[in-house]
Amino acid sequence: MITAFFHKLSSPKYFYGIAGRWIPWLGGACLLLTLAGLYQGLVVAPTDYQQGESYRIIYIHVPAAWMSLFIYMVMAGAGAIGLIWRIKLAEVIAISSAPIGASFTFLALITGSLWGKPMWGAWWVWDARLTSELLLLFLYLGVIALYNAVEDKRTASRAAAILAIVGVVNIPIIHYSVEWWNTLHQGPTVTKFDAPSIDIRMLIPLLIMAVAFKLYYVTVLLMRARCEVLERERNSKWAQALVTGK
Amino acid sequence: MSLSEFLDMGGYAFYVWTSYGIALVLLLGNLLLPIFHRRRLLAQMSRRQRRARAGAPGAHGTPRQNES
Repeated sequence: MITAFFHKLSSPKYFYGIAGRWIPWLGGACLLLTLAGLYQGLVVAPTDYQQGESYRIIYIHVPAAWMSLFIYMVMAGAGAIGLIWRIKLAEVIAISSAPIGASFTFLALITGSLWGKPMWGAWWVWDARLTSELLLLFLYLGVIALYNAVEDKRTASRAAAILAIVGVVNIPIIHYSVEWWNTLHQGPTVTKFDAPSIDIRMLIPLLIMAVAFKLYYVTVLLMRARCEVLERERNSKWAQALVTGK
Repeated sequence: MSLSEFLDMGGYAFYVWTSYGIALVLLLGNLLLPIFHRRRLLAQMSRRQRRARAGAPGAHGTPRQNES
């Protein structure tokens, strides 16, 4: 049954319809969570005893950094599925993820910079964590540029997918960089195996924002994927019927 | 806590609010882009359809070009 559902979902026409119905709900849930997370993070969460109020950048910075890695894995995974099984929708998911992932990577870098300046006294240092995250941004931009450089969308998808898959090697480097090298960037506070070394009132808004960012990604991904599907299928009967019916 | 105290962010107002501001602009932009893109695509398709109909009177259906 699940297989049947995915098979049906992978039909462009069906996907276009169902994604259009899901988008308002996902977007609405994302908005509510974001407002709750911002209130909890900016108003309710206590001041950090070391960093004062500056630490509140964490509620953008950390969820954005998590998303930058998560979206890359989705992009490379969908790209691999598209390469192996030639599923059009997987290609669409992969390439629609790239600009969103690049945005989150940029956001993680810029907020990190804005946090680093008052805390470390420098906007930027060539530290392992920062450098590998910058490389991630270049990988995203490379995937987007490669996709746009090839005229035929299916060939372009294959080329972009290969680059994305090769770039996966960077993901564990980013994740473990704070443990493998002596970095200025602080170590993990949430994903440690023992109890996270963060106040619960600070942790809750962080987790709310992480879920909100994930919902945001899914919402915008579906919006972008609908455009991409429409563009690829614009001469098909169902797409033409969309216009005629208007 | 007063509003001005809140906005001051313990002296880190510039860093904190610039971070949140950039996040807002970036996320809002990413949300609006596909909305405009889809509108543009549909408008383009409807223009082509009208032109095809005007150019080939009597021919119904839409040209299905090379298999995508």
